[in-house]
Amino acid sequence: MSFRTLQKAKACVAGGRDQWPGDEFVAEHFKIAIVGSGPAGMSAGGHAAELGVSHVLLEQTTHLSDTIFKYQKGKFVMATPDVLPLRSTMTFKAGTREEILGNWDRQTEGAKVNVRYKAEVAAITGSKGAFELKLKSGDIITAEAVVMAIGLQGNLRKMGVPGEDWERVQYQLNDPAEYSDETIVVVGAGDAAIENAVALARQNKVIILNRGGEFARAKQGNLALIASSIEKGVLDCMFNTSPKAVEPGVFVLKTPDGEARVPVDRIIARLGAVPPRAFVESCGIVFPSSDPGALPQVSGTYESNVPGLYIIGALGGYPLIKQAMNQGFEVVEFILGNDIEPADEPLLRKVFDKLGSVKVSDVLTTIQQNVPILSGLTTLQLREFMIDSIIHTPTAGGVVFERNDFTDSFYSIVQGSVDIRVNADDPKQIVRLQKGEFFGEMGLISGRRRTATVIAGQGCVLIETPRRSMIKLINSVAAVKREMDRTAMVRQIQTYMAPGVPKADLAGVVEGATLETFGPGAVLFEEGAPGDCVHLIRSGSVTISRRIGGRDIVTAYVPAGNYVGEMALVRDAPRSATVRAAVETETLRLDGQAFKDLLASNAGLRQAVEAKLEDRMAQNVVMEDKPEAGSLIQFLIDQGVGEATDVLLIDESLCVRCDNCEKACAETHGGISRLDREAGPTYASIHVPTSCRHCEHPHCMQDCPADAIHRSPNGEVFIDDKCIGCGNCERNCPYHVIHMSYKAPKKPGLLQWLLFGTGPGPGEDKSEHEHHGAKTAVKCDMCKGIEGGASCVRACPTGAAIRVRPEEFFTLVSQRN
Amino acid sequence: MHQSILVYRSYRYLKWAALLTLASVVAYALHNPHFPPNGGTWLGYTLGTIGALMILWLMWFGVRKRRYNEGKVKLEDWLSAHVYLGISLIIVATLHTGFQFHWNLHTLAFGLMVVVIVSGMFGVFAYLRYPQLMTANRRGQTLRQLMMTIAEVDTECREIAVKLGDTVNRLVLDSTENTRIGGSIWRQLSGKDPDCATERALSKVRTEVRADASASVKDESRLIVLLGRKSELLKRARRDVQLKALMDIWLYAHVPLSFALLAALTAHVISVFFYL
Repeated sequence: MSFRTLQKAKACVAGGRDQWPGDEFVAEHFKIAIVGSGPAGMSAGGHAAELGVSHVLLEQTTHLSDTIFKYQKGKFVMATPDVLPLRSTMTFKAGTREEILGNWDRQTEGAKVNVRYKAEVAAITGSKGAFELKLKSGDIITAEAVVMAIGLQGNLRKMGVPGEDWERVQYQLNDPAEYSDETIVVVGAGDAAIENAVALARQNKVIILNRGGEFARAKQGNLALIASSIEKGVLDCMFNTSPKAVEPGVFVLKTPDGEARVPVDRIIARLGAVPPRAFVESCGIVFPSSDPGALPQVSGTYESNVPGLYIIGALGGYPLIKQAMNQGFEVVEFILGNDIEPADEPLLRKVFDKLGSVKVSDVLTTIQQNVPILSGLTTLQLREFMIDSIIHTPTAGGVVFERNDFTDSFYSIVQGSVDIRVNADDPKQIVRLQKGEFFGEMGLISGRRRTATVIAGQGCVLIETPRRSMIKLINSVAAVKREMDRTAMVRQIQTYMAPGVPKADLAGVVEGATLETFGPGAVLFEEGAPGDCVHLIRSGSVTISRRIGGRDIVTAYVPAGNYVGEMALVRDAPRSATVRAAVETETLRLDGQAFKDLLASNAGLRQAVEAKLEDRMAQNVVMEDKPEAGSLIQFLIDQGVGEATDVLLIDESLCVRCDNCEKACAETHGGISRLDREAGPTYASIHVPTSCRHCEHPHCMQDCPADAIHRSPNGEVFIDDKCIGCGNCERNCPYHVIHMSYKAPKKPGLLQWLLFGTGPGPGEDKSEHEHHGAKTAVKCDMCKGIEGGASCVRACPTGAAIRVRPEEFFTLVSQRN
Repeated sequence: MHQSILVYRSYRYLKWAALLTLASVVAYALHNPHFPPNGGTWLGYTLGTIGALMILWLMWFGVRKRRYNEGKVKLEDWLSAHVYLGISLIIVATLHTGFQFHWNLHTLAFGLMVVVIVSGMFGVFAYLRYPQLMTANRRGQTLRQLMMTIAEVDTECREIAVKLGDTVNRLVLDSTENTRIGGSIWRQLSGKDPDCATERALSKVRTEVRADASASVKDESRLIVLLGRKSELLKRARRDVQLKALMDIWLYAHVPLSFALLAALTAHVISVFFYL
């Protein structure tokens, strides 16, 4: 540096300015320039500082990690995925926003990361080895490599209406408690909008504006939250309404009934974020499609199509904090030319442990070659998928799972074969599945027990994937769902309708089969309509009803794994009854003519169908005589029994209201009853107490961030001690059987209680407990692991409490009437 | 599916009890001691031992009921057996006495036993009879919901009453504040309140309306309808309390008396063996 520039530098430092004075321009040069100081960028900066690599971390605001900085105050931030190890100079574990930010601030300072605040990058030009970053302030920075870690939240979607720059229009909400007694309009129908609106409604008048007719984009938990808030009048909602203009103090809206002017104190628009496309594209980066949500593609080393320009974090498609931090660490290594193994490598090695000493990449390649259903996954997707999975190498003849198990995992065959015992009565009747095929999908789809026993063959290698990971995969990779549905179709027809009929004979039926879904109460077909199809119920259940004397009388309840509609086809008559979905139901619609052809060509099947038909007609005759029985079925279905796998029913003509069931529940579950005997409706002496139904597709399981809710092999849906107390399951449960509760204090022993009265005695004390740690979710686990089964039933002295499975409803109902 | 304790497991415990009773009766009939039959013969001792053990076992039910973690056997099994074997105890114990009753400790133990068993029989009757009545009376509501409805009616009554002058207002206020559901044991068991503030208000408001021609007829009649409704709801609530009380009350005799029986039994056994 010449004397003159040194002088200028001193002048600059003395003047506190960050630009060189005078017209001569001297650019600062670094090996790595990192744009954005979120978890990804900050972690990259930390690692560069640790290695002593010259770097600069550019942040456009005055603090680190603006996205997390703008989270609602006190928000609890999760550290998912749990299994993924953190690989970063910085530390991170689940905690409140304040804890996490404070920690990062300290560590960034401690590691001497070269952070430059208020440094917004306006343009990036140049190429590998010589990039030039122009800042908004006019400064120029040159760097050999650029890491773009700008995330998405810097680019919030605006309303795009005139007047939206009014000072009281905001796109973020830090602390809902800051506002009180205001009229606030929240615009948006996503999770952030709902959470903000409900939080603000505590001390403000809130109107939430929804462009559409429902809150389709929100998580289940928030859906329940907003629905109940609207119902209770906590806040108002305007559906099918969009913003038109903003005037100070007035929000002009376009409603279905015309223009409306709403006086407001504040407008909070939560419309999500989109990639800052214009800026990213100006750097030379190409997007794969014109979809506004599309993200740029990166290589295995996070390099974009511009050599030397790397993209990590949410902009690269990895929105989770831990993933982003790992990428920050790794990208620095990649830039330095080190080919390090991914952070999840040790996890995968552990998964593949059973295969002996093999290279992880080799196994992954083999899996992708051998298993067609997984071949469409990217390497990163497959890695994630395999971390959640288990590799099995069962000995030949070993049982993989048994018929009637309640497991719901999914199996793919990597090597060898398995035999499926399709007929419970004849173990010799088997179907052999080979390498590349999969099984276990039926339990996954229907949420019911396993329909067959599976026996391992010689040299068999299997991947077992839990339900949650499989559902995630089905939802994100369309090819997987397609492939699974196609195969499942044939198997469902074979299992539920035509056992023993060879696959080839089913081709005609499968050809014309379509998947159909019906919401609760939707009609599959009406009485009197011509019969043109048969419905095979894949998941959910239906009711059959007939019009008798002007009233719909329910004559039967048909759960998943059965078919309906064959009567009209076999008898060549119009539909004799109306079939309605009892719950969300998915059916396989088989074409009528193809079904008739199948029956014509297969005498055995025809006999079986006719036999079933006769049973059903006999049942109809019985039920038509007892309209009360039909009403009882309808009542039970209205109570969600239609989607239950096991439900507690109390006969009130036997129940002496001693509440011993509740006491037993509390005594066997740490002092907290998971059952409210008295609450819940009653019909014809059958009382459905507030207690878990162990649904086929548990609503509570849908949105558990900690993955703490599981289904055991025997069918019980239970919450393990990973519960973080977020309350999503409580909101998601349509039957209100989950509640949040503090741990109950320990009870004294019997003698201590008797002699010294040190606390509540056996079966006593059902009161709310004092604070002991955090609240966690509490629900019935059907006394999993307790000998003798559910303690509520065991402790009922009069036999009023019983647990019933869907298969038993008909017996229950016909016995009572 | 649902089964009452009497028919439970196809009358398994009725069969056991019948067998025991039959065996005792046959043995008693065949037995031909030198003295008139009494507790001191070999059969007397046998029946006495069986009876005493049965009493201990029957009383163990109270402990077993509270052992929520215990065993595979359902409590319904225990109760069904408790009922049938408990009833058969009358026969076994009576045969044990050889029909020798006197004013002494031994007969006291027997008498206590009979009272305990009879109270238990009432319990069985109550458990089979009252639950259905209770369900019918509740009409699908819980007691809490019933109370909430009463509270709502109260609020509405008071809103109207403020428009209707001091006398009416006082009556309604009295009905709101001084209506009682339940109370003493007798009050609970009778299911009635002879001095119900709401009934009082209802009848007086009626007379009040007749007397005052100028009153706003609409409000007055609305108030009468509401008070009438409240009175109906109160009847149901009191009936509910009554039924629950009937289902509980016998236990207050059954349990303490069985402890008294235990004491008497102990004294009986000790006196027989040590002061013979």
